[in-house]
Amino acid sequence: MVYEIIVGSESGSESGSESGSELGGEAGAKPHRLELEKAAAGWECRLDGQPIHVDALIPRPDVLSLLVDGHCYEIKREQTATDLYLWVGSARFAVELRDLRSLRSRQRAVGDEKGPIKILAPMPGRIVRVLLAENSEVEAGQGIVVVEAMKMQNEIKSPKKGVVKKISASAGAAVNPGDLLAIVE
Amino acid sequence: MFKKILIANRGEIAVRIIRACREMGIATVAVYSDVDRAALHIRKSDEAYPIGPAPAVDSYLRIDKILEVAKRSGAEAIHPGYGFLSENAKFAQACVDAGVKFIGPTPHSMKMMGSKTSARQQVEKAGVPFVPGTSRGLASAEEAEQVAERIGYPVMLKAAAGGGGKGMRLVHTRQELRSALESARSEAERSFGDSEVYLEKAILNPRHIEMQVLADEHGNTVWLGERECSIQRRHQKVLEEAPSPMVDPDMRRRMGEVAVKVAEAASYTNAGTVEFLVDEQKNFYFLEMNTRLQVEHPITELITGLDLVHLQIQIAAGEKLPFGQSEVAIRGHAIECRIYAEDPENNYFPSPGRVKVLLEPSGPGIRRDSGMYEGWNVPIDYDPLLAKLIGYASDRPQAIMRLERALDEYFVAGIKTNLSLFRRIVGEADFRAGKLDTGYLDRLLRKASPSRASLALNPGIKAPETIAALAAGMFAVLDRGSSVSGNGGTGGTTVPSNWKQQGRSEGLR
Repeated sequence: MVYEIIVGSESGSESGSESGSELGGEAGAKPHRLELEKAAAGWECRLDGQPIHVDALIPRPDVLSLLVDGHCYEIKREQTATDLYLWVGSARFAVELRDLRSLRSRQRAVGDEKGPIKILAPMPGRIVRVLLAENSEVEAGQGIVVVEAMKMQNEIKSPKKGVVKKISASAGAAVNPGDLLAIVE
Repeated sequence: MFKKILIANRGEIAVRIIRACREMGIATVAVYSDVDRAALHIRKSDEAYPIGPAPAVDSYLRIDKILEVAKRSGAEAIHPGYGFLSENAKFAQACVDAGVKFIGPTPHSMKMMGSKTSARQQVEKAGVPFVPGTSRGLASAEEAEQVAERIGYPVMLKAAAGGGGKGMRLVHTRQELRSALESARSEAERSFGDSEVYLEKAILNPRHIEMQVLADEHGNTVWLGERECSIQRRHQKVLEEAPSPMVDPDMRRRMGEVAVKVAEAASYTNAGTVEFLVDEQKNFYFLEMNTRLQVEHPITELITGLDLVHLQIQIAAGEKLPFGQSEVAIRGHAIECRIYAEDPENNYFPSPGRVKVLLEPSGPGIRRDSGMYEGWNVPIDYDPLLAKLIGYASDRPQAIMRLERALDEYFVAGIKTNLSLFRRIVGEADFRAGKLDTGYLDRLLRKASPSRASLALNPGIKAPETIAALAAGMFAVLDRGSSVSGNGGTGGTTVPSNWKQQGRSEGLR
């Protein structure tokens, strides 16, 4: 799993006219890239490239128990109609999360971006078919490769209109999450 | 003893009274408005009857409907709780007329103490110290000016029927007096239907300290120690503690004796509270008497070991106080936080709605009196008090530690609460030093929030932002797994079926 996560400035931990934003502000608004991979015990994570091993459990809805390097954290989730907040101790963070493997959010994420876009394998599986050749034109939402896992086939689609610059997948090959499948420009 | 009691209230106090009845083997009758069918007090009661639409004037303030329910259910007594009809002498009288015991003082005592001017006249006769000023309504602006000259500025104008800061004006100079008097009068008229306004010397930055009293119907009256109630916002109490950090045993005894004198002057029976203003020289002045059980009664229960609701019921049943003054001992320290459904980031506006997530503290030295539960919809129609969190221990520093720990355990999502305000107060230097007065909270709220950057200093601890980012991803991954397996509890041990999920969400096939 690969997510892009924006952690907003801290709020809710203090009252008063000024909301505590010492830790948030500009730095807090920068998106983090979080890769998660199931390990034998817990999860291997890469947060902005930094490896972190995490053991995670949801003991009851909206409560997450995290163990990181032997330290315990209990995170509470508060969902409103429009927003997601996570409480770490008594500090509350507005959080935005995009699943970089999900087409819709990928489109939203990169909709007006220029330049090449890497199409990555969203999860472990096997390449069933390659639908387009290199240098062929592609419409937004058009399938490029088909990946199969757990007996379900999934078309990996182009997030935008353009040209397939590179296909690095070949039929029959096994892929891991985050493996490069294609580049669309 | 009564066999059945009607509780003419709602929320946490109705639950608290129902619990006392249950403990004493007394059946309970609850009442509810249209929006309170799912309220906790209905879930806890033996019987419950609807009394009308959501607005309190159409339900919880309807004397006729409540007495009809009492008759229909065979309740022998009515506990009014606080607020609503609790200090309404007409209701107490209607109970007498209907042959139902009102658990509280007589209508006569309530009337006497209900008006601030008539209360001042009574205590004046009894030789009780009160703030210099008039004990009667001001007849004219000229009279106001004369009295103000005599006692000296600044002075406070107050509505005789007042409460909650309505009809109150602080006046610093003669020039301001006339217009302040006019506006206080019109506000009193609008709020209470009574424009009577009196004047007293303004005590600047006073403490607000009150004394609990208990009187049986056989002439025995005792005091049970004071409560420090100086932490207020817009004249509403927010946090109370007992005992007061500034009161020593000698002052406590003197205040207690004065409070008993006040109660006796009003021929008072049952539980009551005598409120005092205390100046910086520790002089205390009678302010008013509350003729009911107070919101903050649990802190007195914790430091005296008494159950005030049990005692109220015993007294109303005609029993004698089971102890004398010499047997009352103050032990330990208790602090209460009033958890309100209000938004600290939006000027403490009420925040009704659904309680989506509720994690409640417990453990040593923690008492929680609550009217909410997870999944409950907080109605918009009533006072925003949701629950009271009380920390108690053998001394004040330990009570603060426990409260601070419990506040960290307490979590409410779906509605906004003022929990963050309490986290801030209990960590603040003046509060910890016990330096409190009624201006404390306004001063605190004007200050910027302190920095929390120091929290991440421990090298093993990840920054909260980092944890939030990791948690966001883990919630997303584990939710996927649990939504497929249908197991909300152990998402961490389930291998998520991401293909299925993605297939569904993107509608590929």
